[in-house]
Amino acid sequence: MTAGVYIALELVIPTIDFGQEWLSYGRLRTLHTNGVIFGFGVTALMGTAFYSVQRTCHVELFSPRLAWFCIIAWQFTVLAGGISLLAGWNAGKEYAELEWPIDILIAVVWVCFGVVFFGTIAKRRVKPIYVSNWFYGALIIVIAMLHIVNSLAIPVTISKSYSLFAGAQDAVVQWWYGHNAVGFLLTGGFLGMLYYFLPKQADRPIWSYRLSIIAFWAFTYSYIWAGPHHLHYNAIPDWVQTLGMVMSIILLAPSWATMVNAVMTVSGAPQKLKTDHSLKFIVLALAFYGLATFEGPMMAIKSVNAVSHFTDWTVGHVHSGALGWNALITFGTFYFLVPRLFNTQLYSKRLADIHFWLAISGTMLYVLSMWGAGISQGLLWLSLGDLGELSYGFREIMASMQPYYILRVIAGVVFLSGAVLMFYNFFLTIAGRKTATVQIPQPMSASERPVAS
Amino acid sequence: MNAIDLHRKLEENAGLLIFGILFVSAIGGLVQILPSIFQDTVEPTAETRPYTAAELLGRDIYIREGCSTCHSQQVRPLLAEVIRYEAPAHAGESVYDRPFLWGSKRTGPDLSRVGEKYSDEWQRIHLLDPRAVVPQSIMPAYPWLKRKRANSGNDIHLRMRALKRLGHPYTEEEIAQAPEDVAGLTELDALVAYLQSLKIDTSVDPSEGDH
Repeated sequence: MTAGVYIALELVIPTIDFGQEWLSYGRLRTLHTNGVIFGFGVTALMGTAFYSVQRTCHVELFSPRLAWFCIIAWQFTVLAGGISLLAGWNAGKEYAELEWPIDILIAVVWVCFGVVFFGTIAKRRVKPIYVSNWFYGALIIVIAMLHIVNSLAIPVTISKSYSLFAGAQDAVVQWWYGHNAVGFLLTGGFLGMLYYFLPKQADRPIWSYRLSIIAFWAFTYSYIWAGPHHLHYNAIPDWVQTLGMVMSIILLAPSWATMVNAVMTVSGAPQKLKTDHSLKFIVLALAFYGLATFEGPMMAIKSVNAVSHFTDWTVGHVHSGALGWNALITFGTFYFLVPRLFNTQLYSKRLADIHFWLAISGTMLYVLSMWGAGISQGLLWLSLGDLGELSYGFREIMASMQPYYILRVIAGVVFLSGAVLMFYNFFLTIAGRKTATVQIPQPMSASERPVAS
Repeated sequence: MNAIDLHRKLEENAGLLIFGILFVSAIGGLVQILPSIFQDTVEPTAETRPYTAAELLGRDIYIREGCSTCHSQQVRPLLAEVIRYEAPAHAGESVYDRPFLWGSKRTGPDLSRVGEKYSDEWQRIHLLDPRAVVPQSIMPAYPWLKRKRANSGNDIHLRMRALKRLGHPYTEEEIAQAPEDVAGLTELDALVAYLQSLKIDTSVDPSEGDH
């Protein structure tokens, strides 16, 4: 996140990289995206998956040692990956920039993650597998498939490889990966988080069990098709673009089905929203989830995409997902977990309140500034005069982006300062405390299981 | 047995659930990707050739510095875009691009037709100090490019051999000759050589675009 704020500033004051290679925008930007997806996203998902799978299966983790290996090896992988990106090891594919040695590390840790997760499910004492685990399971399986296929390459040296795919074919494979990394990691994985922590914190069962089934399978089936909307009007076959567009619009249905299910679940306990910090964050995240999953299909329509493609609108869309949905639900989950793990109360509810307002205003300001920048960029680029000449030069349009880019820096600082407050709050909550031990509940009969039919 | 009962089976059997997820999620990708692998309809256009040793090193520097995070290389067949950047992209132009560098963001302008629009000297100055030639520019400066040798890893022949294995038509002589070809070049020279190679393909009839 800090890298994000820094590169946002670099787009306003381009000389603050001080001529240093490792502070250069092109390298820090990959560090920022990979740090958020693999460092923040995957770590949060791995942690919450290990926590919730034990509780929904009523058993301890399969091989706690291997689980520790996953967590530590993953941190090492992220650190090594970050350093390699700053050193200029870059495979050149968006969100898959890490070079082949790091790719292999990722694959190894991922397989171990899968073994621990599915091993725990295999020895469960509750017969049905709870819905959060389907989403975590889909995360593990689909990301493994995407990562392995998209990273196929011939190594030349330790820091350089050439993709097995070339040109237009590579583009289709890359956006099959890129779009579904968003789909199954940042959306699906975090829906697993939602399905466990939201009912838990609202103290209500999921509103409709059937809806969760339908939404899950529809989501898993249709998300995969949507990748080509990243390549509208590009040199790939027309039928692939059209298919990608149609499936992107269809995707709205399962995305919102899940949202409706979650909103109805919370509506059983509205009074909690006033007092419960964890729930506040999770419900706000849900709102941004709804916004982003509506905006996505709209941007996948070719005539909208003609304006939005290549602009900051896309950047704003990604951040309404990454800040508004992923980060906020993770914060909510942290406010749930930290006091529980240490068997204590949160140090300061007031600080959590301030964090909530910083998070919402940071996200809103970010999204609004990028809407402004993106839509004006898109329209100005396409604008033609009466004689069919271009109305504006590229440089003029680029220069006119400055106010929006300044707003974005402010938005980033506001959001980041909220996160810093949260860590301060947690630090004081945890200080001097020991981790809690929990009793594993006795097996339940199927009629008592924690899902509503 | 109704659908909910059927699903209960899936839901109580981890193996079936794993298989179900894998099967359901694989379909979309297979439909969209397999035709491009097995039909392999993308032929290089008449003017498309593999990159020379210097251009290849330059392209790899372009990737290393993350240039494609801000510069697209894909002119869309939209009227204003064709006026601004000229001929729209053709799939046949990027058959030797591993990986493809079409990009997803245009913070700076599209570069797929930038070759020979500016002199080598302009490109050099622009990379070292962008604001010396474009006052409004927000591009970073790349002063280290002029300090480093383009083939500092002494691996240009390895790079070309790897690409040859993937089907790029390099001859053994070209590969053997490559280290000598790029011997005196700095990274800056190589990157400029690459940028100057990004030209309009005059062999393509723009009216029968492959988009």
